[in-house]
Amino acid sequence: MSTPEPAARELTLAEAIREALAEEMRRDPRVFIIGEDVAEAGTPFKVLSGLVAEFGPRRVIDTPISEAGFTGIAVGAAVTGMRPVVDIMFGDFITLTMDQMVNQAAKIHYMSGGSLRVPMVLHTTLGATRRSAAQHSQSLHAWFSHIPGLKVVLPSTPYDAKGLLKSAIRDDNPVAFFEDKMMYKMKGAVPQGDYLVPLGIADIKRSGKDITLVATSSMVQVALSAAELLSPIGIEAEVIDPRTLFPLDKQTLIASAKKTGRAIVVDEGYERYGVTAEIASVIAEGAFYDLDAPVKRMGARDVPVPFSPVLEDLTVPTPESVAEAARTLCETISAS
Amino acid sequence: MGQSSIPVLQRGDGFREVLPEKWVNMYRQLVKIRSFEKQVNELYLTAKMPGLAHLYIGEEAVAVGVCEALRTDDYITSTHRGHGHCLAKGASVERMFAELLGKAAGYCRGKGGSMHIADQDRGNLGANAIVGGSAGIAAGAALSAQMRGADQVAVCFFGEGALGQGLLYEVMNMAALWKLPVIYVCENNLYNEYTHYSETTAGTVTARPEAFGIPARTIDGQDVRAVYFAAANCVERARTGQGPAFLECLTYRFHGHFVADINRAYYRSRQEEQEWETQRDPIHRLASWLVEQKWASAESLDKIQAEVQMEITAGLEFALQAPFPDASEVDQHVYA
Repeated sequence: MSTPEPAARELTLAEAIREALAEEMRRDPRVFIIGEDVAEAGTPFKVLSGLVAEFGPRRVIDTPISEAGFTGIAVGAAVTGMRPVVDIMFGDFITLTMDQMVNQAAKIHYMSGGSLRVPMVLHTTLGATRRSAAQHSQSLHAWFSHIPGLKVVLPSTPYDAKGLLKSAIRDDNPVAFFEDKMMYKMKGAVPQGDYLVPLGIADIKRSGKDITLVATSSMVQVALSAAELLSPIGIEAEVIDPRTLFPLDKQTLIASAKKTGRAIVVDEGYERYGVTAEIASVIAEGAFYDLDAPVKRMGARDVPVPFSPVLEDLTVPTPESVAEAARTLCETISAS
Repeated sequence: MGQSSIPVLQRGDGFREVLPEKWVNMYRQLVKIRSFEKQVNELYLTAKMPGLAHLYIGEEAVAVGVCEALRTDDYITSTHRGHGHCLAKGASVERMFAELLGKAAGYCRGKGGSMHIADQDRGNLGANAIVGGSAGIAAGAALSAQMRGADQVAVCFFGEGALGQGLLYEVMNMAALWKLPVIYVCENNLYNEYTHYSETTAGTVTARPEAFGIPARTIDGQDVRAVYFAAANCVERARTGQGPAFLECLTYRFHGHFVADINRAYYRSRQEEQEWETQRDPIHRLASWLVEQKWASAESLDKIQAEVQMEITAGLEFALQAPFPDASEVDQHVYA
């Protein structure tokens, strides 16, 4: 477990992201930020506030509202020696970058037989329940996870966010980095100075023996809360955060499922054809003979995210729904 | 404001003293592309080449005129009809044929093929099979040069079909705002695949860049001297920080959209093709002019043709003999 010392100073997730960017930009003059309202505005979420004051408008570049265009510009800059961080304000807008990310960034290294590299980060958001309706609430990280050539990172704590973003910036590949915009104010211990969380290493956020809850990003806190609901009724859940969807730490996921015999995969992307399906299949294949129950999947409800709070809250897994599913899964099988 | 505020591109005649040897070398380059492409067509017709190719025959003066105005370390991005750009930027015939045949000695180790050849050592950031898809990459290379304080420029080659793509307008806007050293070279060969561009293109071509304040000119793309002078002028402007420029080069593809597009009467007449072939062949035009100027004799030009043919024959022989990549390479270069 890579949990930091409890005595360490606390930062919000937004502050951890900002600190990672500032440290990397100080360390490497090739790193720059490009996107809509990233400079003086610091993005609508204020994640980047203050960076332009230190690094100036030539390294924190405000763009027109042209996601495809400035993502493409980042690809070209990356291929010619820079290390851009592209900011896409809402994850929903990655749809506008698809040709540049999927047909260009992801394939250039392979298509060129290894002669060209695209060291860039696409930094964006995910997550519903902000009352922002169907075009500002989606969690589309599965889209990039489908594409060979891309890496996909989903931090769930301030500590992980800083260490993973620094690894992403130093990676020689295009990396998509998704933050839950509801978690920007979440606080956690973050060490001062340089440290890396490597891509491809899952983290056990809570140990348990009865059921494995694999959870990503926004769903890690949901799974931890579910575990607290389960503990009093005698079910100890193990919560595992893969932290990166590619590379995926299959070994840790499978080992936990073998130990507990039961697994639920919780992710805020759409359930159908989604991240939960991929991870469930990894566990089903890898731990089949040790499983006491089918692997269950819990994702976002397969509807466009509705505006009305009473409807929107029905679309994402909650601590109660996850705990209930876990309880059912444990009971059903014990009874058989 | 209005168009009067846009700088006027000079014709550039006498822009710099051009030695006769340079024109003779351009003749060699034109002939090399023509001979290479004829050989490619032959490979297709005799079923020796996997897949297909889009021939550049007829358009050679655009690539040669532009690339002769560039330095080796300047960047280009190319198109699905990209063999000419690649050769004009200095690529080796051997490695190009090897790539077209899917051999390990190819520029992309056989992983790119006809539509994806990249030649990093000569600033060729790759051909691109998404129409208009490289517009962002070219502008990004220009931004990279600007940020690094290098005086490199980037040329974005594209056909008039790319005028239908939104990406082009997004990046031209940013290139103009940021005075990026990028030159847009629109090869107007009159046909978006099988559709005359007048059916797909409202207004004029040059009004598009001019709307962004980017100076633009329409030139005869069959006259390598006109292309060279215009390109040299644009390159000089870009290199000295005066920002982007746009050249519309009027040209014609003598063959079909791709090698198998043989029966073309439904979209253009044989008479039209013959007029271009007999009256507007860029090689004949330069040859006549060189002889008129007494800078070359018919015999010396014949000698160049023969030398080029030997290079093509030897290059093809090399590629035919070269080994295919090992099966283990299929998984290499997905990630750097």
